[in-house]
Amino acid sequence: MTDLAIETRALRRTFKEVIAVQSLDLAIPADQVFGLLGPNGAGKTTTIKMLITLLPPTAGQAWVAGHEISADPSGVRRNIGYVPQLVSADGALTAWENLRLSARLYHLPADEREEHIAEALAFMGLTDARDRMVRTYSGGMIRRLELAQAMLHRPPVLFLDEPTVGLDPTARASVWEHVSKLREREGTTILLTTHYMDEADLLCDRVAVMHRGVVAAIGTPTELKASVSPHATLDDVFTHYTGSDIDAGGSYREVNRTRRTADRLG
Amino acid sequence: MRSIERAAPPIAWAEPQPALRFLSDTLTVADSEIRKVIHDPFELATRAIQPVLWLVVFGEVLAQTRAISTGSLPYLDFLTPGVLAQSALFIAIFYGIAVIWERDLGVVQKMLVSPAPRAALVLGKAIAGGLKGLAQAIIVYVVAALIGVHIRVDPLAMLAVGGIVVLGSALFASFSMIVACIVRTRERFMGIGQVMTMPLFFASSAIYPVSAMPNWLQAVALVNPLTYMVDAIRGLMVVGGTSEHGLALDVSVLAVGLVVLVAIAARLYPRLAQ
Repeated sequence: MTDLAIETRALRRTFKEVIAVQSLDLAIPADQVFGLLGPNGAGKTTTIKMLITLLPPTAGQAWVAGHEISADPSGVRRNIGYVPQLVSADGALTAWENLRLSARLYHLPADEREEHIAEALAFMGLTDARDRMVRTYSGGMIRRLELAQAMLHRPPVLFLDEPTVGLDPTARASVWEHVSKLREREGTTILLTTHYMDEADLLCDRVAVMHRGVVAAIGTPTELKASVSPHATLDDVFTHYTGSDIDAGGSYREVNRTRRTADRLG
Repeated sequence: MRSIERAAPPIAWAEPQPALRFLSDTLTVADSEIRKVIHDPFELATRAIQPVLWLVVFGEVLAQTRAISTGSLPYLDFLTPGVLAQSALFIAIFYGIAVIWERDLGVVQKMLVSPAPRAALVLGKAIAGGLKGLAQAIIVYVVAALIGVHIRVDPLAMLAVGGIVVLGSALFASFSMIVACIVRTRERFMGIGQVMTMPLFFASSAIYPVSAMPNWLQAVALVNPLTYMVDAIRGLMVVGGTSEHGLALDVSVLAVGLVVLVAIAARLYPRLAQ
């Protein structure tokens, strides 16, 4: 028995001639919060999409919670939670209906569903708003609801793709607090992508800096900062390993998606 | 094979049989879609205007002119099943827009990461599209009765009409989802939606008999599922109405068509999240 929650070996994804992720090797132990950092177009979201079975890899292998992503995608899906960068809670339903949908799709026992939903709502501080349409929620409430949905079936591995993009500082702090509490309570392994270095510094046990489809650096935030200079911040680490080519990375679609998400949550 | 240890064990899952699981997932998705309509029935209300206009304006005028020969069946009686099928078609064929919208929001990604089979996700949405069509059936029945159409007052026949409407609408909603998975943007879909609707409508027996069409159009009508949907409804809904192809063939065409289109849509659905 090993304690790896996520492992990739020579994982690769190309889109025609574009190499989005090339030969990625990762080993993420259980119970860790692991951050994938990098500029737009670095390959973070493509990596997550492969690991959660939304995108087949061009080559290589990966295991999530003990299930190989190509050989056993349904095994992977049953053991993960996912909060996409886009707003995934259905605004045309209430919070309770959103959670009920998740509870039924994950086949939580019928006689326990209500109890789990009530507990999830309470944990995320949404009990009073359970019957409100989600489209009336603030950005922070939506993200908390999405976390509740993603964790309702208590998966061992949780994927968060830029969970605080578009949120104001208060809402970001609230999401951080709930992610930390979740980890503490459930012992969940979390893989998150973020552009915010303070977020990575606060939440992550280890981080990998991705640039142009490869891991440019990997280690604890302290190790990475020390590798750059004695007084470096993670911002310095980011700049050091991804260079200063500010016009590189990030397609029109990615920028559009980020702005739409920010617009909906803001 | 690797396994992991964790502090809190996952919730004990209910493990239904695969067939029951598929059915449960399908109904879960359909239920969720219907709840959205209940929360905001505005679309259904506005869609109700169209069949009313077709029956009250177009139907009445054409009936007066006696321009289209429909045998012993009064033209309004002939037209009513066609209008019902057409209004259900118009709702279902734009179902893909909602799917593209969900893709833009991120809802599709979340659904695809769930363990539910893709076919159950698609079929659930198709059934919801079918049930939306049912709302049109109620409106058409009421308006038709008010303007003197000879409605067959037989609960079983009405139930069967409802079943045909759900089946046919689900088929067209599946077709719409296939198109949505291919074009993936609302702008492209809107253009194609218009292009799809009119040929399906005019190359069917909705407003005139197939026998009145030129030969080439009759051939198109024969492979058009709307023809079979109208045919089945016509045989069940109005007094003296007959099903030209036979109810068994009509239902078979719609059911087989639905299965094929759901299978294709399920195959294409993950493209929306890539």
